[in-house]
Amino acid sequence: MLTNLRLAQIYAVLRLELRKTFFSRRGLWVYLLAFSPILLFAGHSITMLHNGRPCDFGLDTNIFATVFQVFYLRLAVFFGCLGIFMNLFRGEVLDKSLHYYFLAPIRREVLLAGKFIAGLCVAMLTFCLSIILQFFSMYAHYDWAVIQDYLWRNNGIQHLFAYVAVTALACLGYGSVFLAAGILVRNPIIPAAVILVWEAANPLLPALLQKFSVIYYLKSLCPIEVAPQVPPPFNLLAVNPEPISAFIAVPGLFAVAALVVLWAGTRIRKMEISYSAE
Amino acid sequence: MPANDQIVFENVSKFYGEVLGVNRVNVSIPPGITSLVGPNGSGKTTIMNLMTGLLQPTRGRISVLGIAPNEPERLFREVGYCTQFDSFPKGLTGYEFVYSYLRVYGCRHQEAEDLAWRAIERVNLVEAAKRKIAGYSKGMRQRIKLAQSICHGPSVLILDEPLNGLDPLARAETIALFRALAQDGMHVIISSHILHEVDAISDQVILLSNGYVVAEGQIRGVRNEMQEHPMQILIRCNKPSEVASRIFAQEHVVEAQIHKDGLGLLVRTRDADKFYLMLNHIAMNGVGIESVAPADDDVNSLYEYLIGSDEASK
Repeated sequence: MLTNLRLAQIYAVLRLELRKTFFSRRGLWVYLLAFSPILLFAGHSITMLHNGRPCDFGLDTNIFATVFQVFYLRLAVFFGCLGIFMNLFRGEVLDKSLHYYFLAPIRREVLLAGKFIAGLCVAMLTFCLSIILQFFSMYAHYDWAVIQDYLWRNNGIQHLFAYVAVTALACLGYGSVFLAAGILVRNPIIPAAVILVWEAANPLLPALLQKFSVIYYLKSLCPIEVAPQVPPPFNLLAVNPEPISAFIAVPGLFAVAALVVLWAGTRIRKMEISYSAE
Repeated sequence: MPANDQIVFENVSKFYGEVLGVNRVNVSIPPGITSLVGPNGSGKTTIMNLMTGLLQPTRGRISVLGIAPNEPERLFREVGYCTQFDSFPKGLTGYEFVYSYLRVYGCRHQEAEDLAWRAIERVNLVEAAKRKIAGYSKGMRQRIKLAQSICHGPSVLILDEPLNGLDPLARAETIALFRALAQDGMHVIISSHILHEVDAISDQVILLSNGYVVAEGQIRGVRNEMQEHPMQILIRCNKPSEVASRIFAQEHVVEAQIHKDGLGLLVRTRDADKFYLMLNHIAMNGVGIESVAPADDDVNSLYEYLIGSDEASK
């Protein structure tokens, strides 16, 4: 009975959040950021088609993998999740509307769960859709037979699945971190800078600390190794000295996300409404 | 053990860092209309936010009908709070605003729809309910907030400056609504710095100044306890000189001033009950008394006596 009530409440929060935030003007830059690589790849395809120049499929595959790891995962998904998840609570504090939730007969942890799921829905839908569109934009200038061959005979479909899965896991990992940050701090620039540096410096950290990072797990799940073709100093971002198996990486990322969300749950119980301090 | 029909503050303090919100508040609020009265910054909103768990006390214990404010699942089945924040979730119509939060309460679609319309009807906003709140006037926004806070049928209704922005007609309707809710046995707690409004509707008052409760209880009861300020009573009659000469013989009468028009007098007495008894005798002995009314047992006078005219006028 209580479980049903809480599930109904999570659904109600999810519904309200999607309605309020999915097409809000505040989130417009997130969509631009998410879909911007499509322009890059579509531009490449259009140019190739226009010029009629032959293109190296292997090189395109490597370029796609590099853009995915160095730009999309580390910047677009990272900052997109910052925009979506930090605003789940902080945005409502700025709008002075969080108290309506806090004055409802709903456990704050249930509210947190509802908001987090809403954030995940928006982030995963946006970024996963974008990566699928990017993938096909990149290869749009090849014959359909070449694309079919790559997809079904040369692991292309597995690569696409891996990109989508890694993007979804990145949303989960960064989403949990920025959800917690949105409860803890008022200024998004500080956590963004700290987490960005922490993630970038991951290969330089001691082995134990590396595990407390999202990128540590994601890098091992990426389908193509890109470090050799990335020039320094950016190759530091792509290097993966000790890849871990998917059987450790996926549960590891879930564990990090769960720990962070649980910690956020303890903080939300103590959160006070003090709009004047903002 | 706090009474289960009361809102109880036990030695509650709240500090914002080093800034005092409220200090050592000990009050018990029974059913009926209770007003929190004080100038801006006196601690009215802090007390309301503490009651509803939006703030957590630095010290002390709070219980609302036997429920702690950190139990939202139980508390907000009983409590509705209309805050003074004039802000709403973006993009919603009045109806969607009330309906959506009823769904968050756990109501099913049909129940939420029925409750939302009932609350909207109660605040007379049916015609505007399908319009976006962003296009509402201040008074309409105030009323839709009120609808949202009463939609689930709470036993305790907390209203922070609820009459702000309402035109005189809407004020009268809202006050009538508060009275009706209180008559149904509800706790209605209102904060205001407009003393005459509070005076007209309150069963009891809590006077606040600089974070401290300076007086609490029924207005008349609080007034009677203020011995250093004799009660002022205005009498309209046909023989004010005769009344003045007869009441002056009484020990509890401090002063009697005959009105300029010669048809009344203002009496200051330390014992209002004895004075009224004596006035009955005078009336029975041929003096025509048109009206008798206390001149300073309203909240405004109480506030001025207790806190000073400077604070009262803030």
